[in-house]
Amino acid sequence: MPNEMPAKATQTVEIDSHSINFGPQHPAAHGVLRLILEMDGEVVERADPHIGLLHRGTEKLIEYKSYIQAVPYFDRLDYVSPMCQEHAFALATEKLLGIEAPVRAKWIRTLFSEITRVLNHLLNVTTYALDVGAITPSLWGFEERETLMEFHEAASGARLHANYFRPGGVSKDLPAGLEEKIAAWAETFPKFIDDLETLLTNNRIWKQRTVDIGVVPAEMALAWGFTGPCLRASGVPWDLRKSQPYEMYDELEFRIAVGRNGDCYDRYLMRMAEMRESVSMIKQCLALMKPGPVKVLDHKISPPSRAEMKRSMEALIHHFKLYTEGYHVPAGATYTAVEAPKGEFGVYLVADGTNRPYRCKIRATGFAHLQAIEVMSKRHMLADAVAIIGSLDIVFGEIDR
Amino acid sequence: MAPAPATTVADIVAGLPGVTGTRLEHGELVADAARDGLMELCLALRDHPALRFEQMIDLAGLDWPARADRFEVVYNLLSVTLNHRVRVVIRTDETTPVPSVHGVWPVATWWEREAWDMFGIVFSGQPDLRRILTDYGFEGHPLRKDFPLTGYVEVRYDEERKQVVYEPVKLTQDFRNFDFVSPWEGMTTLPGDEKAKRS
Repeated sequence: MPNEMPAKATQTVEIDSHSINFGPQHPAAHGVLRLILEMDGEVVERADPHIGLLHRGTEKLIEYKSYIQAVPYFDRLDYVSPMCQEHAFALATEKLLGIEAPVRAKWIRTLFSEITRVLNHLLNVTTYALDVGAITPSLWGFEERETLMEFHEAASGARLHANYFRPGGVSKDLPAGLEEKIAAWAETFPKFIDDLETLLTNNRIWKQRTVDIGVVPAEMALAWGFTGPCLRASGVPWDLRKSQPYEMYDELEFRIAVGRNGDCYDRYLMRMAEMRESVSMIKQCLALMKPGPVKVLDHKISPPSRAEMKRSMEALIHHFKLYTEGYHVPAGATYTAVEAPKGEFGVYLVADGTNRPYRCKIRATGFAHLQAIEVMSKRHMLADAVAIIGSLDIVFGEIDR
Repeated sequence: MAPAPATTVADIVAGLPGVTGTRLEHGELVADAARDGLMELCLALRDHPALRFEQMIDLAGLDWPARADRFEVVYNLLSVTLNHRVRVVIRTDETTPVPSVHGVWPVATWWEREAWDMFGIVFSGQPDLRRILTDYGFEGHPLRKDFPLTGYVEVRYDEERKQVVYEPVKLTQDFRNFDFVSPWEGMTTLPGDEKAKRS
């Protein structure tokens, strides 16, 4: 039998391939993300994020500023969780100086780190919901954020750019009555989380849009440098507050939420669980903190009080020297990281013995997370890419620096 | 769970190929390594059962213009299973490429792009060595110490030409850079010191 060749099937396949520009001005791009998406129909084939549209040269500027002047730059990185960034820089500088903040300052920092965490997660969860079509959570969330920003304002004088955690302590003590206000808020806030959860957690549309979307297995999360809630959602029990405790975290009792699936829904659940834990930690901080000094007593590093300056010549000189020259930090290098709400935020600080940092490398959490968008959104629908961006909690202030 | 004792890890890291020295700096383990053979070293750091650095947390470039090998590349690694960190430091100059480690930790791609963008450090084997943070068509490497803080060009929108234009930077006030090194503490050689050395 002659070997019959099957009829050569020629088939013309039409590929609807095109690339679109997602951003830089797009409400779901969380700032100034320019995402070049190569689409096959409505399916994402490649995602190439172009970042740097908000690059302000923070690291270069810090090299030309004294250590005190460098602190406000950290508020402007991740402007949703300002105090946690200052925290990393303050801890790094303290390590190089070989000083330690007084106990009350440590408690205040821990307290405000947790308040900042709630502040950050509230914004992320609600705007993330907004991205996938739920408007109500963001309206509710912003109202609640306002209360927290009033605490920021009461402590530091500014709602957003706090400049509150300084090397050697905090800039000033909490005003009278603030602790009671925070305690009262901590009593009512869990009710708000419950309300927020009724809107989202079992919401059919919310689950349709987030469950099994952008799944990141644990190995992949580690390889792509995930930290914080995004890493824990993939099932890796890792939290710097527990495993490498800094400040007063080893005296607090708290649990770490760990996810199972590593999808967008789990990342949302992590943040909700963390808010609840943060409230409990805030209560513990308030119960455990005692009156005392809030900055180191060495006036070569922390400024003397205004009243002292009116009487003491030496205090006046200290004040003048501190705000013109600053302090000289002994040569050395350190990588110091904190568990910021978005994940590990680190500062690689190199001092050369002068009053200015020689190099201050900022390890931005979102930088690593954003890079994984390519692998996470591959073969997902365009609308899912939006959900993935929302779930990663990216803020361009810190990514672009 | 407290961080693992750095000293035992230091011994293991010191024995790896390519490591030229280890030290503890402020309680943090730092390993100096040779530029060549970095890939093997990184694989060993990731896969050694007593090290297991699964995560590359950060890559930082540093510029020391006075040195022959002016750039330092600093890799910050973290092991979440064994809870310890290490900092690997290698040196290079403007032209010699550093082996890319994106095959070991895929996250390295963007960090390496950043180091290329900011310092002009070249990474060999990195398929995607584009600029990342600076403007499209930017020239120079801004975090080098010889790059001025103000930069070279400024951007504005030209109403007449209806487009964004780049112009050489004009400062209305001179750039001020104060030298705070005390003449009493900072000056190690004084005029006339050479006479003291003459017998």
